[in-house]
Amino acid sequence: MSRRLSLTLRIWRQAGPGEGGGFEVHRLEGVSADLSLLEALDGLNERLIAQGQRPVGFEHDCREGICGSCGFLVNGQAHGPRALTTVCQLYLREFADGATLTLEPFRARAFPPLQDLAVDRSALDRIIEAGGYCSVNTGSAPEANAILVGRERAASAFDTATCIGCGACVASCPNASASLFSAAKLAHLAQLPQGQPERGARVRAMRQRMEAEGFGGCSSHLECEAVCPKGISADWISWMQRETRRVERP
Amino acid sequence: MALDPRLPSGPLETAWQRCRAELPLISPQNKRRLRVLVVGSGLAGASAAATLAEQGYQVRLLTYHDSPRRAHSVAAQGGINAARNYANDGDSVQRLFRDTVKGGDFRAREAGCFRLAEISGAIIDHCVAQGVPFAREYGGTLATRNFGGAQVSRTFYARGQTGQQLLYGAYQALMRQVAAGRVELLSRRDVLDLITVDGVARGVVCRHQLSGALEAHTAQAVLLASGGYSNVYFLSTNAVKSNASAILAAHRRGAFFANPCFTQIHPTCIPSGDPGQSKLTLMSESLRNDGRLWVPLRPGDDRPPAAIPEAERDYFLERLYPAYGNMAPRDVASRRARELCLAGHGVGPGGRSVYLDLAEAIGREGLPAIEARYGNLLEMYERITGEDPRLTPFRIYPAPHYTMGGLWVDYQLMSTVPGLFVLGEANFSEHGANRLGASALMQGLADGYFIAPATVTAWLAGAAHGEIPADHPACQEALQAVADRITALRAIAGRRPVDAFHRDLGALMIASCGISRSGPGLERALGDLAALTAAFRADLALPDPGTPIDAELEKALRLEDFLALAELMLRDALARQESCGAHFREEHQSEQGEARRDDERFAHIAAWEHVPGRAPRRHSEPLAYTVISPSERSYR
Repeated sequence: MSRRLSLTLRIWRQAGPGEGGGFEVHRLEGVSADLSLLEALDGLNERLIAQGQRPVGFEHDCREGICGSCGFLVNGQAHGPRALTTVCQLYLREFADGATLTLEPFRARAFPPLQDLAVDRSALDRIIEAGGYCSVNTGSAPEANAILVGRERAASAFDTATCIGCGACVASCPNASASLFSAAKLAHLAQLPQGQPERGARVRAMRQRMEAEGFGGCSSHLECEAVCPKGISADWISWMQRETRRVERP
Repeated sequence: MALDPRLPSGPLETAWQRCRAELPLISPQNKRRLRVLVVGSGLAGASAAATLAEQGYQVRLLTYHDSPRRAHSVAAQGGINAARNYANDGDSVQRLFRDTVKGGDFRAREAGCFRLAEISGAIIDHCVAQGVPFAREYGGTLATRNFGGAQVSRTFYARGQTGQQLLYGAYQALMRQVAAGRVELLSRRDVLDLITVDGVARGVVCRHQLSGALEAHTAQAVLLASGGYSNVYFLSTNAVKSNASAILAAHRRGAFFANPCFTQIHPTCIPSGDPGQSKLTLMSESLRNDGRLWVPLRPGDDRPPAAIPEAERDYFLERLYPAYGNMAPRDVASRRARELCLAGHGVGPGGRSVYLDLAEAIGREGLPAIEARYGNLLEMYERITGEDPRLTPFRIYPAPHYTMGGLWVDYQLMSTVPGLFVLGEANFSEHGANRLGASALMQGLADGYFIAPATVTAWLAGAAHGEIPADHPACQEALQAVADRITALRAIAGRRPVDAFHRDLGALMIASCGISRSGPGLERALGDLAALTAAFRADLALPDPGTPIDAELEKALRLEDFLALAELMLRDALARQESCGAHFREEHQSEQGEARRDDERFAHIAAWEHVPGRAPRRHSEPLAYTVISPSERSYR
């Protein structure tokens, strides 16, 4: 039989964009420690609905840590206290009986609030739109093994390509910078032969868009690396700075 | 109505090339004037939208996600098949074709399966050119691995996140077209109806999740790539919001639904526990390359796994299927695990799981090698269960995972509604009664990158329809129909939230129409489903939140569609009085407990027609085998 615990949730409530908000307190009694935090919110929502109240809004979908939909602050930490874990994979067994959890949305100028714990992160798509791709039309590719990529290099490119676009790096940064997000995509493509033709233009375009969207600059707090559920190294931000200088002063 | 699959005549080897050579083309300046709607941004939708835009069409893509990158293709772990024979182990297009037909238990079209195998290599070429970081050998060439249902190594992979990497390739190609102004990206839209004029698809109606507005979008062709319907079972490996609303809407407007009872249960998932659990998580079946499945020989043996000596373990797949061992196909592995659990050999809470043990592989190759291969799976399992699979075996149990059934399409991927194309998991496709591992990604991308762009062009070239204006009576009628549906749901004003009904539906469907099915069970389930649907209509609680953002309304609309689809699944399972692939009817099995097909009566695709106010009508499309003669699907 799994452990049961009681929790106090302080949840940010805000009905819609541009509306005022504040914290609301809910008690969960005797919930299974084997539930995820989102499942605990599901249970709370069923209770609220049965009472005719508006359920708590939060983003989620795959619930296995890969789609990047979920994300909010748990006691001030993006995705909560467990390292390398999205909030959908955060299980109640991480918390002590009687604990209080404060749940707040990601806060950044480039992430306008939507409802309760949900914010609009479409600015990240617009950074990719600016140049986060290799321009190749369907049907024009050479035979796959004509492009050789060393095993270590492929693995390193893969590591940077695992970013799920959740925005935790932005939410944890005092400058609300999207540097880790942008650096990860730039590094993924720059490490591969396929990414070379557009390498310089890509850095310029994605950095420009990042600034235009209202994300701040990097001042090396490294909180982004600490909260990244995919463990992407902030070394890539330094790499991006060098890459930018290389492009600006070839 | 006779179904015409528009299959090419002549030899299979050249069928697709001949078909393509004869399809009409459209000049670049005319393409700019044609608009195509794509519903869904997963592998099939994103790849089709990007490719059609590259060709010059105006594409409008609708997705329920906030970003196309979140589509559930992202969660596919294991890999993508391609007949490249890089492993020099005897693979070929012919062999992948045969494996697909056999894997599907002879319930798919030969021509479609051949085309899929033929295209598979070009998919890998394209994805590599996009920068998809596939695993490599030390010399820099692409690495492959083995997968269930095949004896060759033809599965390309990116650690345990192949779907994610392939999706990001398609997503980036899509965003490039957004930047070029050729794709208009409309996110956070739930597609709820199909607009037709004289039976031809002309657009869709959707609800904007942020504004709550109902919108009509019109075009000269509509492509549905909205994924599968495993969430009928409530607990499945699908994303929580994955839904069947777009395909059900099309079905109500005349698109036939093919083989709805063909649903795949994946053997290697993390078992369910607490009633509050919201989903099941899959562990890639690539784990079966190195993991051995076993249960204690003695029923009820509750010693910890390490305390059970080798001689008292039953490595049941190796015992029953020596030729394939732990790599036996998904349906076979799932059924055996369930039977052993029912016979008391199951382990873990409630005896509802079996072991998947990596100990031998770790002993053989060392922990670092195994971690490099499955690192993220080990971590995922440990996060969810609190147990470390490096030290103790995984506990796994089968879970609904993929739906082979879907909207009926012809060889050109067009449904019975002219102008409506269906791609990826949303169509009933080439997987027959059972899909092989690592073939879903292949099929989604074959449809999106290569097949649909050619066949949609042919439709646009041949159809003289212009785009209808937004105030056309057909748009007004569809908008009103959706508005009325929402009003009716709100008017129920009952006491039970959506999820409570959805859990009941899931329990009903997994028991009656899951791994194992029987005539009496299905009959009973139809009655229970009618009662559940009536309860939903009488007692649904859907309070007005006083704001347009309304996740409960989104859920209620999805569940209403799942209830309708569940009936179709039960009827189809009842009508198919044979066992084939993932559809196992208890009345139809051999003495050894293997599925017994009935090729005399059921070598056909069942396609269901919606008849308003009456029971759905069953049609059939006969399947002819000219190259491979149907045999018993034996993996022993």
